[in-house]
This record gives sequence, structure tokens and C-alpha cells, in this order.
Amino acid sequence: MRKVLMGNHAASYAAKLSRVQVIAAYPITPQTQIVEELSEICANGELDAKFLKVESEHSAMACCIAASAAGARSFTATSAQGLALMHELLHWAAAARLPVVMVNVNRAMAPGWSIWADQTDSLAQRDTGWIQLYVEDNQEVLDSVIQAYKIAEEVSLPVMVCYDAFFLSHTYEPVDMPDQADVDAFLPSFKPEFKLDTDNPRSFYMLVMPDNYIELRFKIQQAMDRTLHVAADVDRQFGKKFGRSYGICEAILCEDADYVLVTSCSTTSPARIVIRNLRERGLKVGLLKLRLFRPFPGEEVYQHLSGKKKAVVIDRNISFGKGGIFADELRGALANKKDRPIFYSYVTGLGGRDITTEALEEIVLEAIDSPTPESNIIWKGVKI
Amino acid sequence: MRTEIPREELMLSGHLACQGCGGALAMRLALKALGKDTIVVIPACCWTIISGPYPYSALDVPILHTAFETAGAAASGIRAALDIQGNTHTKVLAWAGDGGTFDIGLQSLSGAAERNEDIIYVCYDNEAYMNTGIQRSSATPEKAWTTTTPEKHPKLGPKKNMVQILAGHKAPYVATASVAYPEDLINKIKKAASVFGTKFIHILAPCPPGWRISSEQSIEVARLATETKVFPIYEVFNGEEYRINIEPKQRPVIDYLRTQGRFRHLSSADVEEIQKRVDYEWKRLLQKAMIEPFSA
Repeated sequence: MRKVLMGNHAASYAAKLSRVQVIAAYPITPQTQIVEELSEICANGELDAKFLKVESEHSAMACCIAASAAGARSFTATSAQGLALMHELLHWAAAARLPVVMVNVNRAMAPGWSIWADQTDSLAQRDTGWIQLYVEDNQEVLDSVIQAYKIAEEVSLPVMVCYDAFFLSHTYEPVDMPDQADVDAFLPSFKPEFKLDTDNPRSFYMLVMPDNYIELRFKIQQAMDRTLHVAADVDRQFGKKFGRSYGICEAILCEDADYVLVTSCSTTSPARIVIRNLRERGLKVGLLKLRLFRPFPGEEVYQHLSGKKKAVVIDRNISFGKGGIFADELRGALANKKDRPIFYSYVTGLGGRDITTEALEEIVLEAIDSPTPESNIIWKGVKI
Repeated sequence: MRTEIPREELMLSGHLACQGCGGALAMRLALKALGKDTIVVIPACCWTIISGPYPYSALDVPILHTAFETAGAAASGIRAALDIQGNTHTKVLAWAGDGGTFDIGLQSLSGAAERNEDIIYVCYDNEAYMNTGIQRSSATPEKAWTTTTPEKHPKLGPKKNMVQILAGHKAPYVATASVAYPEDLINKIKKAASVFGTKFIHILAPCPPGWRISSEQSIEVARLATETKVFPIYEVFNGEEYRINIEPKQRPVIDYLRTQGRFRHLSSADVEEIQKRVDYEWKRLLQKAMIEPFSA
């Protein structure tokens, strides 16, 4: 069934289709329609879930962690300041190995107050142990949340599905809604190996002495390594069942390309048009869309960028004192590889400023024309 | 009312509490009252340590250890998960210290109480951050010494009144209890388990190292807190109806204060000031309990 949905409602319906059992959330622009719609869905009896309208994002994540430990499939959604407030518990959810799924609508961090698109909020959480997916359109929002539960419950790690404020959250697109029965077949009910159980009393997340701690961390990294395969496999299974798949990254016209534009989230959509236009002008430009960010798919990315002359990376985010975060990750992942491209790292569109097809085309042409990048960070569109 | 203290021990030997720990005794009694069908939520507090490191547990019930400020929220999450799985019988016991209740955890406790989550929340109050080495909390009594309120600059202002805060949420059942009155404590935990909604029990739990008392004095000092009216034992129903459960003796606060090293620097003027405040608070409590009519 096709429906015209805003990105946020696509997330709500994905949670419903995933038959989440406990929802705990706190409202924050631009996430609000996710929880409003879920409130309606729960109130109508369309979803048999407990919805805790908690007093903060910190408590939302604490509820989700505890509910998941007690054996319930748990969901929350947030954005920017709310995500930052959760930071302590993001570590907790991951190290507790709980398959909580959260939608984060990427919004700029304050001050100054901004409600508009910027990925620094979730990228700043990259070391918490959460799997992160960055998605392009509303259909991918819906599909990725369902995939996220399948991945999370397979590897026992939480998953964050991230998409741009307003460009997706408040923009309506046609979305194919899968049948509940098909989703149920794809995503069976949550059956954790361990849960809080009075018939088998165990202590969860207790004090760990130096003799055991590092082993727990080693196992999280092992789970992350496994996630590279699991995420790809879940996406393939999803493709077979529903006819749509996305890959852990997507390479478009990269095989014969000399130059590759690298994007994430909604910026990928105008980039698709830009590379088509540039191809028509005879320029061998490809596009690499990054979707899975944690774990970082270094090998797969290398396959697409190996032997290219230049990779032009668009970052709607910044790690102050270093640069665009996707660019930095790519440089790091390919550091010891032969035939890696020169990286052109463009930081642009922070705080929701448009990244237009014209701007992207200008960036690609500028990178092609300059023999080496002018600096490690190339700011675009700064009015200073 | 006399109560049989159940023989079943759900707190096991080998725990890591200090000798004379009020918090350890409180847990032992609370679990005797609740029985095996209980899940305990422990935020950062002395009990994080007392329950033992991996792979041990000093409790014969499941424990969810959680972040410092999250006892109210984590207990809510477990309740929701149990309910949605059709389990309404297992009791969820949030077990936090005074730091995790009066200070950093107040927000999530308030949230849980406002939503009237069906949980029992116990604050075992040893009146400072004892696990980190006796730093003051907002439960530390006026003028007490702690490592962050040295004798030259003791804690200013009275202890926060948590019972009143929870009564202000119209929580269905709020009570104080003390390890010096185990039957009353057990009765209150049982009563809490029989009421739907957020139940809050504030248990005075002496800490020998923090209060500068010897370990065998714990119960005696806790009893003196009640006999001198420093820590009255009472309960509040639906935020409205107050009932005092233990009649204090007519003893001056000095009898309580002089037992503890943390008060040894007090001048007689300090003691007099504390006595005045205790008398005033007791009078206010009597008025709330309507034992004496309000007199103009």
C-alpha cells in the first residue's frame, strides 16, 4: 500500500510495523510528529505497546534500556540536544548489549539555537557503540527502522537511524507500506537470550574489575565487525522480501569514474542529479552514498574508491579542530591502502543551509580543477 | 502491630557492605517483605558495590544496575516491559541512596511519581555520598561534617524533605522507616507492595564510617534519631493523610547528636538551633497528622 508520508510519520509507521512493545520518548523539534503519531497509533489500539511519556530524553533512554533488559522491543526518537543529553546512556545501551532502536532526526546543536539539519549531533556519538545508519529518503526511513531491529537483535547492539531535519522529517513523499504479515515474517518477535527473570535471578551490568572489563569491550568490537556482514545480509533479505535494498553504501557510476562525489543523507538526492549532468558533459564522475557509518565499512568503501583520482566528500557536520567527519573517517579507513584517491573535504550546509545541485556541481568542478586540495577543510558558502 | 519477620533470606552472605551498614540491613529486610518475585533496580550507590562484582551477586533476585540518575526511569521501563508481556505480578523495587534520590535522581523519580508508575522506590538514606567518601548531599543534616563540608564550613541549611516532595506528587503511599524498627519497615514494604502506583519509602540507614560511629552503634543511633524526633516514623496516603507510626520519647536532640563524630564540632548554640528546628518540624508533622488541632 502506498501512502504519502512525512519522514517522521514513516518512522512512526516503521515502529508500528516492527511491533515495538515499549516506547519512551520526550518531544523535541523536529522529531515531534514521530511521537505524536505513535501516541495516536497506541491510543487507537493499532499497536499493543506501552508508551511512557517521560520527563527527559535521558529518562527515555533509561526506560528503553531497562525495558529491553526485561525482554521488550524498545523504541525512542530524538534529535540534537536530546541526543546529547542521552550521551551517558548511549554508552550504557551499547555496553549492555541491548537492541534498542532509536531514530535521530539530525539537527544542529545549540548555541545559537537552531532546529535545522546538521549531522554533528549523531556523529558526535560515534564512539558510544551504537550502529548508525544515515538514510536518504522517507521510504528508506521506514525500511531502515525495520532493518534496524533485525540487525540489532542479531548482533545485540543498539541501532540509530539518522535523517535530516525538515528535508526529510517534514517533507512528504510517497512511501510503500509493507503488509504487517510480511514484516512479521521478516522480523519475528524479540526473544533475547538473557533477560531479567525472577526464575533465573542474575545481576545485570554490575561492577567489573580490571580483570574482565577489556574482554567485554573486545566483544563489542567483534559484534561491530560482524555487523558489517549482518547489515549487508539483512538488507539483501529485505530486498528479496520487499523489493527494495540499499546496501551498506551505494556506488552509482563508480566503476569507470575518475572522480567520486561522496555524500550521505538527503544530500545524496541532489548529488544523483549532479553526477548525471556532469556525465552528460563527458566528465567521469561517480557517486558514493554512505549509509552505514558505524561500523564503518572501510573495505567496501575502498572497493569503490580504489584507483580513483579524487574523492570529493560533502560533510554537513564538523569535528572542530579536525574537519568534516565523513571525510576524516574515509581518510582513516584508507590510510594504509594503495591507489587511494586524493580527498577533497567540503564542509557546507551546517545548520540547515541548502546544499543545492548548483553548489554541488560547483564543488565537483572546483575539485577537478585544483591539483591538490587548498586545505584539509574546504568551507563552501561561508559568508565571511 | 507485631509482624513475623520472614525467615527466607534473599540477601546472601558474601556481600561487600561495611560492618553495621544500615543500607545492607534495609535491603535484607525489604527483600524479606517482598519475596522472590521481585526485580531490583540499583543506580550508582553503595549497593553498586555491596551486591558484588562480576560474576557474583549478593541477591537471590534479578538486579538491573543502572546509571546514577535513572532509578525512577529504569524501574518504569521494567514495569512497562513486564506489563506488556502480561506479567503484572512481579514487583519492581528501585533501590537508591540519598544522592541518587535527593540530588541527581530527583528528576527521574519525579517523572515516575507523576506518571504514577507501579513501582516501589526505596531511598536508603545514609545522609551523604558515602560510597565516594562522605561528600555532602542534599540529604546531609544541617551543620554535619562531611569531606566537602569541613568543620570550619559545615553543611548549611536543613535536609531536603523528600517525603513532602513525594506527597506533593500525590503518590499513593509515602513513608519513612528505619532499620531500628524492622517490623515497621517490613510492614511498610508489604503495604507498598499491596498498593498500585508509585510508592516511596525513605529509610534512615546509618553509615558507621560516614557518621563517625562504631559499627555496633548503628541500630542504637538510628533509634535515637526517631526517639529525639530528628527522623520521625510516619506515612502519608495519597499525599493527604498523614499517620505517625512510632511515638517518640521526650529526648533532646543532643542525645542523638553526641553519639556521632560528624557532629562533634557543634557548639551549644548550634545544638539549640537544631533543637528548635526539630521541635518546629515535629509540631508541623503533628498538625499534618491532625493529632493536635492547629492553635493560633
